[in-house]
Amino acid sequence: MEMRSFGQSIKRKEDPAFLTGKGRYVDDIELPNMAHAAFVRSPLAHARIKSIDTSFARQIKGVIDVITYHELPESLRQRRLPLVVPVESLTNPRLPFTLARDEVCYVGEPIAIVVAENRYIAEDAVAQVMVDLEPLDVIADCRDGLKKGAPLAHVGASSNVAATMHSVSGDTDAAFAKAAHVFKENIYLHRGGAFFMECRGAIAHYDTFQDNLLVYVSSQGVHRLKRSFLELFDMQDSKLRIVTPDVGGGFGPKGSYYVEYGAVAAASMRVGRPVKWIEDRRENFVATHQERDQYWDVEIAVDDDAKILGVRGTLTHDNGAYTPWGIVLPWISVATVPGPYVIPAYNMTLVSVLTNKVPTTPVRGAGRPQAVFVMERLMDRVAREFDLDPAEVRRRNFIKPEQMPYNVGVIFRDGRPVVYDSGDYPACQQTALDAVDYEAFETRRKAALAEGRYIGIGIGNAVEATGLGPYEGVTVRIGTNGNITAYTGATPQGQAHKTTLAQVVADHFGVSIDDVTIETGDTSTISFGIGTFASRTAVNAGSSAHMAAKAVSIKVREIAAQLLEVEPDDIELRDGLARVKGASNRSKTLRELAVYSLGKPGFSLAEGMAPGLENTAYFTPSQSSYANGTCLAEVEVDIETGRVRITRLVMSHDCGRVINPMVVNGQVIGGVAHGVGNALFERMVHDDQAQPLSTNFGEYLLPLAADVPRVEIHHQETPSPYNPLGVKGAGEGGTIPTIAAIVNAVADALRPLGVHIAEAPLSPQRIIELIEEAKARSAA
Amino acid sequence: MKPSPFTYHAPATPAELADLLGTLEDARVIAGGQSLMPMMNFRFVQPAHLIDLNTVQGLDYVERRGDVLEIGAATRQRFLQRSGEIAQSMPILQEALSHVGHRQTRARGTIGGSLCHFDPSAELVNMAALHDATLTLTSAAGDREVSFAEFGVGYLTTSVQPEEFLSAVRLAVWPRHHGHGFEEFAFRHGDFAICAVSCLMTLDPGGTIERLAIAVSGVTETPVRLTQWEADLRGARPDAETAAALASAAAGIEAMSDAYVSAAYRTHLARVLTRRAFLKAAERAKEKASA
Repeated sequence: MEMRSFGQSIKRKEDPAFLTGKGRYVDDIELPNMAHAAFVRSPLAHARIKSIDTSFARQIKGVIDVITYHELPESLRQRRLPLVVPVESLTNPRLPFTLARDEVCYVGEPIAIVVAENRYIAEDAVAQVMVDLEPLDVIADCRDGLKKGAPLAHVGASSNVAATMHSVSGDTDAAFAKAAHVFKENIYLHRGGAFFMECRGAIAHYDTFQDNLLVYVSSQGVHRLKRSFLELFDMQDSKLRIVTPDVGGGFGPKGSYYVEYGAVAAASMRVGRPVKWIEDRRENFVATHQERDQYWDVEIAVDDDAKILGVRGTLTHDNGAYTPWGIVLPWISVATVPGPYVIPAYNMTLVSVLTNKVPTTPVRGAGRPQAVFVMERLMDRVAREFDLDPAEVRRRNFIKPEQMPYNVGVIFRDGRPVVYDSGDYPACQQTALDAVDYEAFETRRKAALAEGRYIGIGIGNAVEATGLGPYEGVTVRIGTNGNITAYTGATPQGQAHKTTLAQVVADHFGVSIDDVTIETGDTSTISFGIGTFASRTAVNAGSSAHMAAKAVSIKVREIAAQLLEVEPDDIELRDGLARVKGASNRSKTLRELAVYSLGKPGFSLAEGMAPGLENTAYFTPSQSSYANGTCLAEVEVDIETGRVRITRLVMSHDCGRVINPMVVNGQVIGGVAHGVGNALFERMVHDDQAQPLSTNFGEYLLPLAADVPRVEIHHQETPSPYNPLGVKGAGEGGTIPTIAAIVNAVADALRPLGVHIAEAPLSPQRIIELIEEAKARSAA
Repeated sequence: MKPSPFTYHAPATPAELADLLGTLEDARVIAGGQSLMPMMNFRFVQPAHLIDLNTVQGLDYVERRGDVLEIGAATRQRFLQRSGEIAQSMPILQEALSHVGHRQTRARGTIGGSLCHFDPSAELVNMAALHDATLTLTSAAGDREVSFAEFGVGYLTTSVQPEEFLSAVRLAVWPRHHGHGFEEFAFRHGDFAICAVSCLMTLDPGGTIERLAIAVSGVTETPVRLTQWEADLRGARPDAETAAALASAAAGIEAMSDAYVSAAYRTHLARVLTRRAFLKAAERAKEKASA
């Protein structure tokens, strides 16, 4: 197969529509006779519902219905939301009803849904729904939830611990007993949420005539949502269709099934009209899943050469009120800590704690940025204690390329051992160091200090499990008009699937990507699907697209060979034609072949031939493929105000073979922006009653364009042996090592002042506090 | 996030506007809408009537009248930022405006809207304090002049009465040889300042301070002028030592705190930014004296 599109920086097919305002998002869909919904949400973090009076709201002109738990269909009154990923260690799973029955467990939990002629009236009516709540004790901080005699985040629960899990490899007790040096760190990490531009939204259209339900929803995967709907509603598979149109950002939280979706569907069924609900930004801050708090108490054992003997500790994770994804998020955290280093003994205990806050599920990076922060902080600590160059400490501990495949020894959240497939970690770091002339940094630092300027450099190294299974299927079909279309359950949220998957398919037919249409996000087009998250689409859907397109192209050759009376190997595919090599006047168009492949009414097909130019492939990876990267950040800190300026940021990145370098660069840059936000700006603030205080973008600070530095990207390409394309995921690699690199750089800049940093995000105020604390320590 | 029901009014003249304000109950005036619209969308504010200033003639202008710059209340911030008159006679205002939101918000936001919203850390509120603003409040009964001190009552609160609207702002113009310094700290460019300090200074021929004004905002509920120090430092040298003393005075302002910013950090910034603003103003005043 001659490569034409694969590997090329082809402009995104998606962009002309997006850039000219022709994107089509859920809120752009207007159905005839559509009603609009708004939710009554809990104003308290934990309370018992004593009574709900909807009579005033119902009297408002334009209000169609007000639905509480008691008006839901029988099945929704019986069943709580399904648990997506059950695991044994999740001993205390907690899942909500579609509308709260008798207890609310976080601020923002839906209590009732109002359906009205327009959203304004719906909001007016929401204010008139009288909910009598009896406040209950609140768990606002996951550490408080573990205290003896702590109140319970759920009435009747045996404990606030959702799960305890041990990630173990080797003998840490022995390693620490013989270690020459042991260093401890207590690390606090906070990640807010995803805060996509397009908030969540759904339209449920129950067709009373056909008795079927069509749901348009802004999501990261329609098939899993369909499964959740089928588990909750008593409905035949054939009666339900889920469609996701264009999506304005997902970053993880749009991969969940939310209670609002079922409520909107129930509302449509009750009122017999399509019902639209578009999440507003305040709802987005209180009701969309977040990542929030992790407390790591960790220690590292090293020998006299600064080589790691062991790492152990405890992660206390703020799970939030419910466990829709079980412990996927903190499990990924503990399995990611070892990173690119040889760690002979590892023992991390994970305690996931129920709190009275909105649930936590993966946000871009999915617990990995925290893990990388922990390991990279420990590496810097070792460097400082030994007075060694941080890059050198890392070099001494890297897994070497010749050790690949490398079994880390711990179990990943998919139940399989973490086995790195390929990668050259020392070279990846060296590329980043060379890019900034790392060796000369000390000279630059001295010169800056002489001017009273505090500059620092920080390293973040990460290894990331990407391309998680089980599969993502693709159907490739050539229509009788000759058009090539590929259908997949993967649902883009900005990743450019319509371009990159077209690149994979186009090469098999010798056509341009403009001749290949990619259809996504519709349960009616392909039987099964998982969705777009975990940097998995290039690996899973990309490989399936390759397999399906290859199968169709073989069939095209076979039929063309038969008609042109040559061998299939004599046929080449070019520009929509199947032609005999070296005889370009002897050819058949794809259209002719597609028509031929379907046969003629009343005639038999050739023996052994299945009809149509169509193939469906489900590539099932045997394990994750592991991408890796080094982020190098240089900063300057104004020690009078605490302001951090990122003066340089280099990302040396290996995601295997690259389908479209421009698209990958875009992913990396966007990922870095997320990392910058997590390192310096984003903080979801709650008061001690778990009341969210940051509920708009004036209080929750995302980095603005001026806050994100230019990102210098260096690609390495170490193909993954575990999929036919050799690709690895690229969607999260920009975020994962960036927080560690930036905070390490700030710590490095403030080293002359004796400042120790073990937390993120770092606000200017916090930096001033840390400087003052260091001054007080040195004065004492 | 949709506003509650309201009745919209679009008067054409200041007189019609005054009449509406005199007769309607629970009315709010909207100019650029950069604060009021979000507050209405959040339903924090639910006025029964919304009176649009954008349709009223004659409220957007910049005029130099002797030592006073008069600005119509509905003048857009972007217009002020590009005004040649302001660039010439009041460069600090131009500099401060570059910190007010973003180009898009400045294209809509007005000076009067910002003053009437009276956010303690708003740059234009600081500028009004620094330039000893007098403000014209208009009603059907006529105009009333108030000083800045009378105008600002407290946090997000002014003395504008329900039947009145702000029609004009007058700022004192300093002599051409003045130097200025404006220092602000916000988490991101365009955010409301956590602390902003502005300084105007003229030097006498001997290089000592002839006249000084310092306004510190964001630290407490209204901007603070360091009036006593402004008087006491006449004749002092505009050096690092003077700057440090002034910075300590600014750090003495009792600071407010909230869920995001501590009183201690506000105080810390007041000290740092006062020193920087003072020294910048001194540097510029010296440059002008030697030019």
